[in-house]
Amino acid sequence: MQNENLVQISFFNQLMLVHPRKKQNERSEASVQVSEYFVNAEGTGDKVNLSDLLGTVEKTSGASNKTKKQLRNLQSSKETLELPLNKQQTEKIQRGIAYEKTTAEVSCWKNIILQNQKAEQMVFPLNQESSGPKRVEQVVAGWKVQTPLEQEIFRLLHGSRQPVNDPVLTPVEEQSLKAMSLEEAKIRRAELQKARALQSYYEAKAKREKKIKSKKYHKVQNKAKRKDFLKQFDEMVKTNPEGALEELKKMELSRMEERMSLKHQNSGKWAKSKAIMAKYDDSARKAMQEQLQMNKDLTQKMVVPSDDEHESIEEGLETVPDFVNDPETVIDPVNPWMRGQLTHEEPEVSCVTAEEVQTAEEENEEEEIIGEFERKRKLRQADEEDLIPTEEERKKTQEEDEDEEEDVSEFNTLFRLMRSEKTREGSNQTRGGLNTAGEEDEEGLLSEGQIRVRSIEDLEVLDEVVEPRAIEEPSAPQTAAAEATSEPPHKKKREINLKEVLTKEAKAVRLPFLPTVVDEEERDEQISIIKEAFAGDDVISDFIKDKSRQEAAGRPAVVDLTLPGWGEWGGVGLKPPRWKRKRFRIKTAPPPPRQDQKLPDVIISEKRTASVASHQVSQLPFPFQNTAQFESSIRTPIGSTWNTQTVVKNMTKPKVVTKLGAIIEPMVKEDFIKSKTTAAGGKGAAIMLGENRRAKEGTKRTKILALTELPTA
Amino acid sequence: MLVFGFWTTKICNTRNCFNKIVLIALFSLTFHCNGFASIVCPDLKKILTKFDSPSRWFMLGKKCKVPAGARERLKEAIAISEAMSEHAQKQAARYDLLLPEDAGFLEGDEDEDTNTISQADIADAVDITSGSKYFNLHLSQFGPYRLDYSRTGRNLLVGGKKGHVACIDWQTKDLKCEMNVMETVNDVKWLHTEAMFAVAQKRWLYIYDSKGVELHCVKKFNDVLRMQFLPYHFLLATASATGFLQYLDVSIGKEVAAICTKMGRLDVMAQNPHNAVIHLGHPNGTVSLWSPNQKESLVKMLCHRGAVRSLAVDKTGTYMVTSGLDRKLKVYDIRAFKPLHSCFLPAGASCLSLSQRGLLSAATGEIVQVYQNVLGSNPVSKPYMAHRLRGQIWGLAYCPFEDVLGIGHGEGFTSMIVPGAGEPNFDALDTNPYRSHKQRQEWEVKALLEKVQPELIGLDPGQLSKVDQASFEQRHKEQIEALGFDPLAKDKFKPRTKKKGRSSAGAIEKRKRKVAHEDQRDEIRQSVQERTEREKELKEKSNEKKLGNKSTLDRFRK
Repeated sequence: MQNENLVQISFFNQLMLVHPRKKQNERSEASVQVSEYFVNAEGTGDKVNLSDLLGTVEKTSGASNKTKKQLRNLQSSKETLELPLNKQQTEKIQRGIAYEKTTAEVSCWKNIILQNQKAEQMVFPLNQESSGPKRVEQVVAGWKVQTPLEQEIFRLLHGSRQPVNDPVLTPVEEQSLKAMSLEEAKIRRAELQKARALQSYYEAKAKREKKIKSKKYHKVQNKAKRKDFLKQFDEMVKTNPEGALEELKKMELSRMEERMSLKHQNSGKWAKSKAIMAKYDDSARKAMQEQLQMNKDLTQKMVVPSDDEHESIEEGLETVPDFVNDPETVIDPVNPWMRGQLTHEEPEVSCVTAEEVQTAEEENEEEEIIGEFERKRKLRQADEEDLIPTEEERKKTQEEDEDEEEDVSEFNTLFRLMRSEKTREGSNQTRGGLNTAGEEDEEGLLSEGQIRVRSIEDLEVLDEVVEPRAIEEPSAPQTAAAEATSEPPHKKKREINLKEVLTKEAKAVRLPFLPTVVDEEERDEQISIIKEAFAGDDVISDFIKDKSRQEAAGRPAVVDLTLPGWGEWGGVGLKPPRWKRKRFRIKTAPPPPRQDQKLPDVIISEKRTASVASHQVSQLPFPFQNTAQFESSIRTPIGSTWNTQTVVKNMTKPKVVTKLGAIIEPMVKEDFIKSKTTAAGGKGAAIMLGENRRAKEGTKRTKILALTELPTA
Repeated sequence: MLVFGFWTTKICNTRNCFNKIVLIALFSLTFHCNGFASIVCPDLKKILTKFDSPSRWFMLGKKCKVPAGARERLKEAIAISEAMSEHAQKQAARYDLLLPEDAGFLEGDEDEDTNTISQADIADAVDITSGSKYFNLHLSQFGPYRLDYSRTGRNLLVGGKKGHVACIDWQTKDLKCEMNVMETVNDVKWLHTEAMFAVAQKRWLYIYDSKGVELHCVKKFNDVLRMQFLPYHFLLATASATGFLQYLDVSIGKEVAAICTKMGRLDVMAQNPHNAVIHLGHPNGTVSLWSPNQKESLVKMLCHRGAVRSLAVDKTGTYMVTSGLDRKLKVYDIRAFKPLHSCFLPAGASCLSLSQRGLLSAATGEIVQVYQNVLGSNPVSKPYMAHRLRGQIWGLAYCPFEDVLGIGHGEGFTSMIVPGAGEPNFDALDTNPYRSHKQRQEWEVKALLEKVQPELIGLDPGQLSKVDQASFEQRHKEQIEALGFDPLAKDKFKPRTKKKGRSSAGAIEKRKRKVAHEDQRDEIRQSVQERTEREKELKEKSNEKKLGNKSTLDRFRK
């Protein structure tokens, strides 16, 4: 037995040798490639204790005392580490975190999905290239210079720095080509609102100020304004010459207005009263002087510090006398063509004006105002002499204007004065008989040419001279009229038996046709006759019977559940007792009132038309809460019979439009994120981040086609 | 005398008054007009802004207000639909500019009644083409004539009592066909085009083509006295001497409905162009309204003490004019079924006809009178025009889009000029008097495609756009009526046959009794449960009440 056992053991050992459990290999030498199969698992069962490690630390001198102390503390502490969470719990936490992450990722799609759902029309593929004009760079980008000619041209172009790359469209234009996004619109709207509000505030303020009645306040205001303006103007001349020019123009305009009006001219009631007082009252004189000063200030020409050319031009303009623009006075009443004699008499006029100037200088400075007035009055009187009384007022104002202007204009008026005198003299002379016979002839001819027949008297005068042909012409229609009255115009025959029928009719028509309609009250007799005639068939009672029958048919019948013979005697001709009738006859609710309830002579059928019902909508569709809403939403017909072409097209446009043959790619995050960020404006960093991320992701596209929920057509 | 009228209409636009008052415009036309406007009228914009707030004329129904606590989706839906309808209305209003033609009129001199102006005078005063529209056809041989104008107003169909039938292009006086059917002719009517017409002869209804070839003899329609054609439904409605109102669908040649009115001989008939309801006048003074969908009359109204002689309904379906043997002429508002005013005509009116613009013509004896402003609240005072004829008047009809009244009488036919009768602007897509052969063909196809089904005829043409609010039970009942059986009915319990004597009559009966009244039992069980619950609640409440006399501090107790 023992032997056998030994044999067995040795055999087992041999077996163990042949098939060792673990191949115990030793690393003999360092090699570049360390096979994982050669890693030793020696001493796997043994635990490494902290004390084992500490032993070496204690011995090493390099370790600091602090760490040693800490390690010792650790060794002494008996607390164990907490167990890691079990699998379910960790998974739950992980799931929670993952959920949060994905919701954050997916929720950015929420808006665009909603937007697409709401969109009236979706056009696929999304982000199609706009059909508008492209930038030059876009077109040129893929094109390379190849031929020597092209190369040469390019060299030239670059040499001269031509704007080769200038875009056809500015970025602003391009942006406007694309639709304005929501955010942009909002920003813009806010800006506009602000501007509007500011404007309204300003307007309100201006109104308030305008309402103030205090003259003094306004005077102060105006003065301040003027001062401010002058300051600004001086600055403006330096900085903004164009603006200054414009301002200058405005000033010029105000000057013109001042010259036109009678303001500050001391011609009003007030001024006249003051003029009387001026001799005795200092303050009155001062006030008048102020007024005149104002006028002078306003009418003074602005001296523009500009080129010599301008000045010369202006001087040239000034030299032109004012009367050039005035309406010409007709010198020769007979001949309107005789004009422009003035040029010959110029020298005389000039001397007269010189005298006038001298007189003006002679006057004392004290009585300046009064003198001025008197002079003006003189001028006016002189002018008035040769004016027609009807045009007096208009002319006066004109002349007054002229008076108040500078000396030049004064000269002009005087000039005219003289001229009129001259012409008068000239005409007198001609009348005097100095002119020759030839001239007379000429005048006669001219006057003959001028004669126009204006009245019957004129005609009579002309009778002998004018040929009889002219008289014949008006007489011709008279004769025609006479003919017309004597003979009615011949009528065209359009009918087969016209004359016969018409003549008979014409007589017959007028009598019977006139009072064909008679009021009911007037014809009581006739009505009574008719009543008699229709006495047999009583139409009304028949109709009432019919109606009552219909009403009865419409009423729900009473359900009778009485059982005869129960609890009483039965038999023929017995009525159920009252209590039974009360208890077992069930009345149903009355139907809604008939449509013809208030129309005694109408029966309207209460039957429901079931034929239409099969075509009607029987259940309210989703968003609507009551029938009125739904009915109003479908009240507008869509068809072309009821609408204009554009409206029909608009109303029936498809929900989804796809381009034939184009591949519809699933929506990419960038499509809408980009538009968002650009809309926000000035968020360059965000764009960069997005792009970076995109670059990292590379070709990995998040396919969320299912999420977009394409609306099915 | 001042006569104005007779347009040379080239622009094609009008209000189409069927179903809804709306505007239609031709695309090509608008294009043209817009171009024109931009050249000629620089401040067209100013004119157009006038229409920016659409007038009441173009309003279609009421606006819907968004309720206060509405869902977002509902708000959006309402807003979109409102915006769309407003846009449509505005556009329609803008296109009103394209209706340039004015209606004609006749004005007398001072102290001159327009009714004394004779037709010859008018024909002289107007231009030659218009003047030629007054003419007489002397056809004294074949008795009083009935007549009908085609819908475009180009063709005239006359039918003499004694069998003479002729169709004429009345403007060119081009006779298209003429024949004698050798039978009494009661009525003639054009069908949807000028290519076909129906003649109600002594016994049957016949259909001929424009060359006089007999196409059909419809023997289902016998003793027809009057006919009306419903153009949008392609229905020919006939009223017979036997009291039957029948509808023939001419597009498929089928009889749609045959209604026995039980009202005797039907010789007064008119149609309401607004809702395609047929009006019949009866000898007992009533007027009844009919649709093919109902075997009884929709409405019956007592209009006259004597028999009703004639009827006419205006284009918008608002007014009905009747005349009776009591010599009264009455105007009704048929939306409310109320009489507006009545007047007494000494001679009584045998025939009535309303023009497109609301002129009423009445045949009183041998005189035709035309009344103006009848449709409205103000009563009639005197005729606008009058014309005497020879012989009894048998038929009156206004020519569409022309100022012409056709009169059929014992001595033939007379075409009378009535300025201001016709609609000056027409809708070329609907009825175009100037259409070519090709256009007619195209129109016919489109009209057939857009044919309105007879089921939709009813008093309210807008019924289709309303929600059917009938209860489920009612609808179920109607379904049972229509199908003849109840589609939702449960099958009766049928016990299985079992072997070994277990299917004896008694056993079967027992088994049946087990499941008998199962539904009822369920109901009872449920009601009992509810009742017990309710009682419980009541008990609890009463308990609480009993304990109600507590101190005020008890409320803080938990």
